[in-house]
Amino acid sequence: MALMVVKFDLKKRVKLAQTVWFMYWFAVLAGILVLSLGLFFKIELRKRSELMDNNESHFLPNLLIAMGLIACATNAFGGKVCYDSLDPTKFAKWKPMLKTFLVLCVGFNALLVITALLCFVMRIPLQFTLAQGLKNGMKYYKDTDTPGRCYMKRTLDLMQIEFRCCGNDNYRDWFEIQWVSNRYLDFSAKEVKDRIGSNVDGQYLMDGVPFSCCNPSSPRPCIQYQMTNNSAHYSYDHYTEELNVWRRGCRDALLSYYGGIMNTIGALVLLVTMLEVSTAEMHISACHLQSYFK
Amino acid sequence: MDNTEIHVVPNLLMMVGLASIGANWVASRVCQDSLDASRFPRWNVLLLAWYAVAALLCCLLLAVVVLSYALQGRLEESLKVGLRNGIRFYKDTDIPGRCFQKETIDHLQMEFRCCGNNNFKDWFEIQWVSNRYLDFTSQEVKDRIRSNVDGRYLLDGVPFSCCNPASPRPCLQNHLTDSRAHYNYEYQSEELNLYSRGCRQALTDYYMGLMNSTGPGVLSVILIQLSVLLSMRYLQTAVEGAMALEAPEGESEGYILEKGVKETYADIKAKVLDLLKFAQVDPASEATGAGEEEKAAEASEKAATPPPAS
Repeated sequence: MALMVVKFDLKKRVKLAQTVWFMYWFAVLAGILVLSLGLFFKIELRKRSELMDNNESHFLPNLLIAMGLIACATNAFGGKVCYDSLDPTKFAKWKPMLKTFLVLCVGFNALLVITALLCFVMRIPLQFTLAQGLKNGMKYYKDTDTPGRCYMKRTLDLMQIEFRCCGNDNYRDWFEIQWVSNRYLDFSAKEVKDRIGSNVDGQYLMDGVPFSCCNPSSPRPCIQYQMTNNSAHYSYDHYTEELNVWRRGCRDALLSYYGGIMNTIGALVLLVTMLEVSTAEMHISACHLQSYFK
Repeated sequence: MDNTEIHVVPNLLMMVGLASIGANWVASRVCQDSLDASRFPRWNVLLLAWYAVAALLCCLLLAVVVLSYALQGRLEESLKVGLRNGIRFYKDTDIPGRCFQKETIDHLQMEFRCCGNNNFKDWFEIQWVSNRYLDFTSQEVKDRIRSNVDGRYLLDGVPFSCCNPASPRPCLQNHLTDSRAHYNYEYQSEELNLYSRGCRQALTDYYMGLMNSTGPGVLSVILIQLSVLLSMRYLQTAVEGAMALEAPEGESEGYILEKGVKETYADIKAKVLDLLKFAQVDPASEATGAGEEEKAAEASEKAATPPPAS
């Protein structure tokens, strides 16, 4: 006994086939959407690949692009088959391929579901890549004369300004590395010699941050240097001072940015999957009634 | 910005845009009815008004293009005054009404990559550090305050938002004119440390760029509107001509004006004078009582003059 039997006369069959044809073209648009989402994500990753040590995995955007292209092709083919199904002569040439086509559709939809799940899961490796990349980026901040790293300073400054963050976890990360290049240090000055002598590696460490950490919403002009020394600045207490520099770490900021993108893409891919599944189901019911009728 | 004179350009554009949506929708209804001989005549009266409205819209758009170039000087003036005030009130983060100037100026300088009004030296001439954060017992502060007439704390330093991220060295904000205060620093030859452009120049360039990019768009809209006007005129006269023929589906002539420009102008002048004479004669004719004869004469005179192209 067939499941959920519905009676169709010719007019209704034609209408149903037309509806499914429209749905297929809608699904082609959805495929283009997935493709463009993949491209957008890839471009966003490339824009900041320096901050991730050029180590970031492009697996997810590549998968999205591939799925988008396959979706377009499959749905266009399905639309053509559906369109021809109303004409028995044309339909005859498609008949042998139908079973394989439907199996392919099922496989494709399963892949789409996996892609959507991946979008939500890939956040975790991204976290580690970002942490590592930012730490190295900060180390190379001062190397504006080393080829291959000379743009790291600008990249980091622009990123801190744009994402309103400072350092990896917080602003104290800048206290632990030397971010002033030796070219600009006067090694004959006592202060410089003291600082260099004060640690094992001979690095010029200071309790200061670059200007890009400054928060424009602060009511007072930015305090960048001698941040832990309350007596160096009038009416300043570094324990209670909140608005002076950005308090958020850049790893958190970038992670929430990329996480937001991936969540949105994942949700959209799930919607596209549901559309594809419903289209395939209606195709089976509508366009192949001819074969049962014969 | 100090004044809002420049707002006339976008306001005009918006008004013209809305008006042209309405006018062109009416035109599309007329076109739809033009192939149906029974429904077309009712649009006749409206069409004359429509031509006037369309011509007015084209003139307004031309005015917008002209204004956007003519008002550039006023825009610069307004920006100069506004920025000067902004920089002066930079330190007043505790005075209501001015407490957001600091944040605004900082964001502006970072976004447009500029510093000060004309250049970074504008910051040397005003006190941009609030008195709340100055230690008046220290010798340095007392020296600086005494060094000028108004008792302001002036320094040769700039806020952090002037810093250029593309500079190879960490930003130098203070003691900018003192080459000895920083190692390996030469005040005269240092170029990348701060943004060298003034914010007035940056903002003016930005707005002129916007207006330049909308200029060709506006000009093409003017051309489209004019061509719609002319095509509508041709359509109207051609359809009227066809309706007057015995065979409505044959050829008919379309024209813009029934006669040449001079004759049409003379006709219109005569019609207007007639209307004026009609108005003047009317009360006089009621008094004389021979008005009916005059009115008949006027009516026949009006019928005799060929109808203007409407």
